[in-house]
Amino acid sequence: MPLSRKTRLTTHPALLLAPWFLPSDASAHGPALDHHLLLNLWIALALLALAHLLLLTGLLARRHPAQKNLWRIEYLPLALLAILFATLTIKAERLWAATRYTGASLTALQIETTGVQFAWYFRYPGPDATFGITRPQLVAPAEGNPLGLDPTDPHSADDFVSSELVLPANREVDLRLNAQDVIHGFSIPELRLKQNAVPGQTLHIHFTPTTPGTYAILCTQLCGLGHYRMNATLRILSPDQFALWLAAHQKESPQ
Amino acid sequence: MPATITPNKTDQERKRRLEDNDNGSGRRPPTDKRTGGGGDNDNWNDRPNGRRGPNERLHRYRMGIFFALASDLMFFVAIISTFFVNQSTGHIDAYNHYINSWLPTAIPPILWLNTAVLILSSVTMEMARRTMFRETDVMDEWLGLGKPITRNAIPWLSATTVLGLLFLAGQWTAWRQLAVQQVFFRSNQSSHFFYLITGVHAVHLFLGIAALIVAFIGLNVSRLLESRQILVDGVAWYWHAMGLLWLFLFTLLTFFQ
Amino acid sequence: MTPKPNHPMPQPDKRSTPYSLFPIPSLLDHRIIGIQYLTLALVSVIIGTLLSLLMRIHLVWPAWPLPLHGPILPEDYLALVTIHGTIMLFFVLTTAPQGGFSNLILPAQIGARSMAFPVLNAASFWLTTLALLTLVSSTFVPGGSAISGWTAYPPLSAIPSAGPGQGLGMDLWLLSIALFAIASTASSINTLTTIIRNRCPGMTWERLPLTVWGWFTAALLSILAFSVLLAAILLLLCDRHAHTSFFLPTGDLVNNVLHKGGDGSPLLWLHLFWFFGHPEVYIAILPGLGLTSMLLANFSHRKVFAYRTMITTTLLIGFLGILLWGHHMFVAGLNPFASSAFSISTMAIALPAAAKVLSWLATIWRAKPQYTTAMLFSLGFVSLFITGGLTGPILAQPILDEYLHNTTFVVAHFHLIMAMAGVFALCAATYYWFPLITATRNHPGRLLSEPLGRLHFWCTLIGAYAVFLPMHLTGLAGEPRHYAQLTGIPGPGGTLSPAGKLLAHTLPLNRFITYAAIFLATAQLFFLFNLFHSLRKGPFATSNPWQATTLEWHPDLNPFTPLTASDTAEITVHRAPCHYSSTDIGDAFLPQWVQHTVVPPTIEDTTNAKPE
Repeated sequence: MPLSRKTRLTTHPALLLAPWFLPSDASAHGPALDHHLLLNLWIALALLALAHLLLLTGLLARRHPAQKNLWRIEYLPLALLAILFATLTIKAERLWAATRYTGASLTALQIETTGVQFAWYFRYPGPDATFGITRPQLVAPAEGNPLGLDPTDPHSADDFVSSELVLPANREVDLRLNAQDVIHGFSIPELRLKQNAVPGQTLHIHFTPTTPGTYAILCTQLCGLGHYRMNATLRILSPDQFALWLAAHQKESPQ
Repeated sequence: MPATITPNKTDQERKRRLEDNDNGSGRRPPTDKRTGGGGDNDNWNDRPNGRRGPNERLHRYRMGIFFALASDLMFFVAIISTFFVNQSTGHIDAYNHYINSWLPTAIPPILWLNTAVLILSSVTMEMARRTMFRETDVMDEWLGLGKPITRNAIPWLSATTVLGLLFLAGQWTAWRQLAVQQVFFRSNQSSHFFYLITGVHAVHLFLGIAALIVAFIGLNVSRLLESRQILVDGVAWYWHAMGLLWLFLFTLLTFFQ
Repeated sequence: MTPKPNHPMPQPDKRSTPYSLFPIPSLLDHRIIGIQYLTLALVSVIIGTLLSLLMRIHLVWPAWPLPLHGPILPEDYLALVTIHGTIMLFFVLTTAPQGGFSNLILPAQIGARSMAFPVLNAASFWLTTLALLTLVSSTFVPGGSAISGWTAYPPLSAIPSAGPGQGLGMDLWLLSIALFAIASTASSINTLTTIIRNRCPGMTWERLPLTVWGWFTAALLSILAFSVLLAAILLLLCDRHAHTSFFLPTGDLVNNVLHKGGDGSPLLWLHLFWFFGHPEVYIAILPGLGLTSMLLANFSHRKVFAYRTMITTTLLIGFLGILLWGHHMFVAGLNPFASSAFSISTMAIALPAAAKVLSWLATIWRAKPQYTTAMLFSLGFVSLFITGGLTGPILAQPILDEYLHNTTFVVAHFHLIMAMAGVFALCAATYYWFPLITATRNHPGRLLSEPLGRLHFWCTLIGAYAVFLPMHLTGLAGEPRHYAQLTGIPGPGGTLSPAGKLLAHTLPLNRFITYAAIFLATAQLFFLFNLFHSLRKGPFATSNPWQATTLEWHPDLNPFTPLTASDTAEITVHRAPCHYSSTDIGDAFLPQWVQHTVVPPTIEDTTNAKPE
């Protein structure tokens, strides 16, 4: 019974992490990030309360000659704040370094994401584990080739393009981000992921999804008229289900 | 310090006041500062013109020009950083090769001549500026004994204007030479920058020539000697700045493409 | 109290004086220019507020038709976002403190009769007006107004076919901002030269009011930052019309049109824009920081705590503000090491800001201040600055910004600290300096109504928190910025898709925010009524109604049309501002301009070894 409740909790994507309204998290780096975020939020709330308490106390108390001790009032609190901020920064930089300073491991699942106005496409490289060549001149969404795959390249034959992102649980993913036209923002809030896709650059992010379920992919960089509806779905499946899905799609692939 | 005539009230005794002497900060001993502008150790009691004095006006305008030039410098800094970024930005083509398609634009040799002309124009501009402040001439003109300053400054100003126009003509020729070789503004990345950088500088220089013409008119029309001095002085500083800037831009285009 | 010098009212010589090229008509008078700027800012803030109301209403009731227009389409919504941001940040928060109050008050606060370059000053104002008209006109052209936000990232802003309004509307937007940049730079040159060279005798750097330090630092930032924006706009216009590729990469495919030009980098625009954009927000807030210190001290009858430290922190905030533009670009494709570097500099700026907060708290500590409306707004500024500022360090950490970037959490942060706190500073300034704004030769200045002011304050404070505190929560829930709709999103699954569900979950909070926004906007009507009523019928003020010590309250500087220098005694400054007795409110206070030879024992610090 706890298992089914857990499944229900995680398949209900927008359950709120009270009291801060954070959605549930389904990635390996998520818990550490959430922990640090909550730490920051509570510290901010505490400092806010303290500052306002001082403000109100100072205003309501009886008149008294002015303070003069620069050290006690300015420098000491500043020193304490500096230590606090330095600690938070060091913790944050460690987390940042862990996800961003190094690339994905060599055994990570390779997927390419392309943002166009106004949809996300996800390309799987197929059994040869190599992405085929794309040319912008060959882009023809109406003919089923939204990424401009070059048919003359042998590696293109087994690539297939999907409009939903399907991933196996507990396997690291190396995501290549492309943009065809304008800057888009690739974001999966429930995996605590965000990275802009910039035309002319191929950017990499890597992460490991953990909990099977269905999650939202949003565009978070203003990209034009349809920015608000440039959504996609992420489905995290168990490894067996993913293998089945992959096999099914590769058979269907027209190329 | 340029010589400006500041009328001195000799018929009033100098009164000692608290603020005449040092304010206790120990920065410098009490001095008889005849000029001021900002609050410290001024003895304005003797000179009701105070901040309206000629020297103060001159420094005020110089400061304004300085800040304007600082701002303009940031403008060019932004364009130059774009230059360096674009120079080193390539793309990855379909075959996973990194391609940087920066094709340096060969600068037409006339640009060397133009640079020499601009340096010369700075020299003539400086000569003009100095004639405005030559003490004996200032005295004469202020007393109404003729107009030696205007008489001496006009040839130098004219020379500067002519040289400036020559520079612009030379730049235009350089553009024509490039056009003959089919290198236009839109041809490639580096040609964008060549035309943009030389074009923006040329616009600034054109504004400088317009300022020179205003100085000409001012020399003949303005009633106050100090205003005439300020006009020429201001244009001179702007002109030198544009010359210095051109040296830098020229070096960039010649050696850093 | 200062004895009013007994001088007759001589007719000012309106013909040319020997020391000017031509007679100075009133349009060159800095006070007139200040009022013109304030009027422009008032018009802009009304327009901007109405636009934001439309945005909020549409988010919660998407089908609601705007009268005379029809339903708000996605491109309309994005146009609202763009124009709202542009108008508020440029035409309200940059013009009102710098152009408006600076022109009105700065010369008097340093003892000068005029700004350094009156013609340049007037030109700046008219150029700013032209910029505003250009911006407003961009909404009426075919294609509509630009939809790329106030940040105008290329390629969306570089290619006219990338969206509706990105053609002529975008060009006009760029032109408007370019004009504004030139006007702002010119105005800053004026401010800087005036502060450095037009101070009266005795007004040393350490005696300058903190408001002047704020204007000084903001002007320094302005002359550095606006030129970079101008350069970026020039480059973008070249990309749009001259087939260049400064920001456009090879192979960019927009609307089936392939860009084959050279290798540009959209990231370059981000660097250039944010190199301007971040100092811009400090330009908006620095004068307010200085004013708050001075007002808190004035009404608490105290010195500003740690005056020299306040000067240092003002300059430090200005300097550091140039070094941290990259924190807007953590997830934009920057090198992660660069992100770390920017993160450290951003955290560093929290310290001078905290020092200012500590100084404010210490200034009012146990001071039993006088709760005039100006004081209330200054206290509100302190509160909002703290609240908005505390979410800054959260956003400064890249790992957290990875989640929070471009969510409404960021929107809440900058609205609290820039829009609300900044506007509170402007309100405080208006209530405080109203006597000076409304003084004329024939009658003294008037006061705004205190009861109405208090009502305005409390409604605005409550409204501000009611609108923007919940917005943090919607941002934490994942709601992105710039979304034209939160419901009724077409596409597979529609409202039942994971994205639809995530967004729909934020609706209850959004509804509350919209109601609060309507309340907040309506509360401003009290202020407008107060303003227009008091202009004609407000009670007259004495020459120094707030017992202030700063120079703008000098009786000779009060009349609206300043008497020329030769008609009044020379103004000299003898001490730092904020010399108050510490024993009781209402006791002696020493304005900066009063000379005294006897040292009253109740005044503090005159026996201090360090003279000021």
